[in-house]
Amino acid sequence: MEKHEMICICCPRGCRLNVAAEGGEIKEISGNRCRRGETYAKEELTHPMRVVTTTVQLNGGKIPMLPVKTSKAIPKALIFDCIDCLRDVSVDAPAAIGDVIIKDVLGTGADIIATRTIGKRD
Amino acid sequence: MKNVDIVIVGGGPAGLAAAVSAKRHGADSILILERDASLGGILNQCIHSGFGLHRFKEELTGPEYAQRYISLVEELEIPYLLGTTVIDITHDRKVTAVNSEDGVIEIQAGAVIMAAGCRERPAGAINIYGDRCTGIYTAGTAQKFVNIDGYMLGKKIIILGSGDIGLIMARRMTLEGAEVKAVIEIMPFSSGLNRNIVQCLNDFGIPLYLSHTVTSIKGDKRLESVTVAEVDQSLKPIKGSEREVECDTLLLSVGLLPENEMSKRADVVLSGVTGGAVVNERFETSTPGIFACGNVLHVHDLVDYVSEESERAAKYAVDFVRGRTYAESDIQITPGSGVRYTVPFKINPHNIEDNLVIRFRVSTRYSDKRIRVLINGEPVMSRLEPALVPAEMQTAVISREKLNAIPDIRDIVVEVGD
Ligand SMILES: Cc1cc2nc3c(=O)[nH]c(=O)nc-3n(C[C@H](O)[C@H](O)[C@H](O)COP(=O)(O)OP(=O)(O)OC[C@H]3O[C@@H](n4cnc5c(N)ncnc54)[C@H](O)[C@@H]3O)c2cc1C
Repeated sequence: MEKHEMICICCPRGCRLNVAAEGGEIKEISGNRCRRGETYAKEELTHPMRVVTTTVQLNGGKIPMLPVKTSKAIPKALIFDCIDCLRDVSVDAPAAIGDVIIKDVLGTGADIIATRTIGKRD
Repeated sequence: MKNVDIVIVGGGPAGLAAAVSAKRHGADSILILERDASLGGILNQCIHSGFGLHRFKEELTGPEYAQRYISLVEELEIPYLLGTTVIDITHDRKVTAVNSEDGVIEIQAGAVIMAAGCRERPAGAINIYGDRCTGIYTAGTAQKFVNIDGYMLGKKIIILGSGDIGLIMARRMTLEGAEVKAVIEIMPFSSGLNRNIVQCLNDFGIPLYLSHTVTSIKGDKRLESVTVAEVDQSLKPIKGSEREVECDTLLLSVGLLPENEMSKRADVVLSGVTGGAVVNERFETSTPGIFACGNVLHVHDLVDYVSEESERAAKYAVDFVRGRTYAESDIQITPGSGVRYTVPFKINPHNIEDNLVIRFRVSTRYSDKRIRVLINGEPVMSRLEPALVPAEMQTAVISREKLNAIPDIRDIVVEVGD
């Protein structure tokens, strides 16, 4: 059995987890103050996932940059590919929270969505 | 001069939550004064996720969290002025603000809620020997440049200080194509949240050097390199451990200071520890009718608690305007061993309507210790904590029933113990 120490990143409490696992299967876990810690530990051992946040250009908006995020976590290994997809993307103002900027980014099932409502420049 | 019941200084999460709560508690007139061109405060530049888990039971980004409250302010038709900076507040609550449209605005407030947030310790406040060149920014300024204005600041980056803003910026700059060479922290532990060390540094292989500092800066016009050295237990650089590291940008993430220049003018007594006002259980400062909440009161790690605190502060501000009186809060809450400060600083148990919520920070790292609250020397709350770090704000809650069961409360102590 392998023992792992990890920090749960599900919320800012950052619980310190002690995990005993065998072949990606969790046998014992302690230190988590909620159920999400268990799911996190399992995912982290087999296929770590992250929500990606960045910005895209906003044309004609009150603010030049529109913050965006993946609508759900995507594989950690795809973070840089995801950022690359967005590098030359620009959208026209106005933008609203939840606007889909790219559908099903990199075939992950996650959309890139706007996280701020920004009006047109006067 | 215009009369307004509740004047709120700052339209960040603290000011927004206070405004919504004041309205719900029936305030007749409310006005939010915000210096920036939009409501939302620091949250607008915090585009990462990690906000709102307590409040909304989902993980939002900063702008999304802010929008929830901005929408409420709009729905409740609470008036606000943008691009408007408050420049003076008197002890009898005359508020002076300026903006480009109206010039000077003077308001007589029934109550004032200070919600102006905090600012970063500026570069000059930490003295580093060497050249004065460009390429040195505070981490929060860098965050605004990158996330709001869309400017990239440099290619090879060193971050001094491991506060959350520094950690978040390490990841952000990496994603934007820069090489973040290291995060340097003078203390033997990080001042940022653990989750940020994992997802901002470890995920990208960015090294964190604990017990290290930057001892000198070199650069003709633009920064060219910094000298990094290890420090001993008294935080003095160890001779011979110096190393020169090439970089074009140095980000400083060395702490936040509550923004309280104005409070001082209104005779508000400030704490030497938090830099914020000394408040009672109603979040009222030493100047009657002036209340404080959010980062202007004490630096928060979680915005959820900012919202909660501000809602409560606003309720009492409305009470003040209505002339409701409370017993004097003359019982001190004393930070005991291992505790840096508490908010509130003093209370009167008769004034507590639901629970007494004490927020505090520990002074150093502890593992497997108990948080204890003692009243008249007797423990009334005790909780075992596997890990305590100064970066995380702690909470202790004492129910009203428990408080009322103690007939003659003389002193309250919050401490870390075995
Ligand atoms: C980089 C960073 C990362 C963070 N990460 C997280 C996280 O992951 N999760 C989480 O829950 N919390 C996080 N926080 C904490 C949270 O964002 C803050 O605690 C919260 O924003 C504080 O709210 P506030 O309203 O007190 O201050 P601010 O948001 O700073 O708002 C204060 C407002 O007052 C205005 N103001 C100041 N002076 C004046 C004046 N004289 N006149 C008029 N207006 C004025 C300012 O313009 C500003 O809009 C983070 C904070 C930072 C900086």
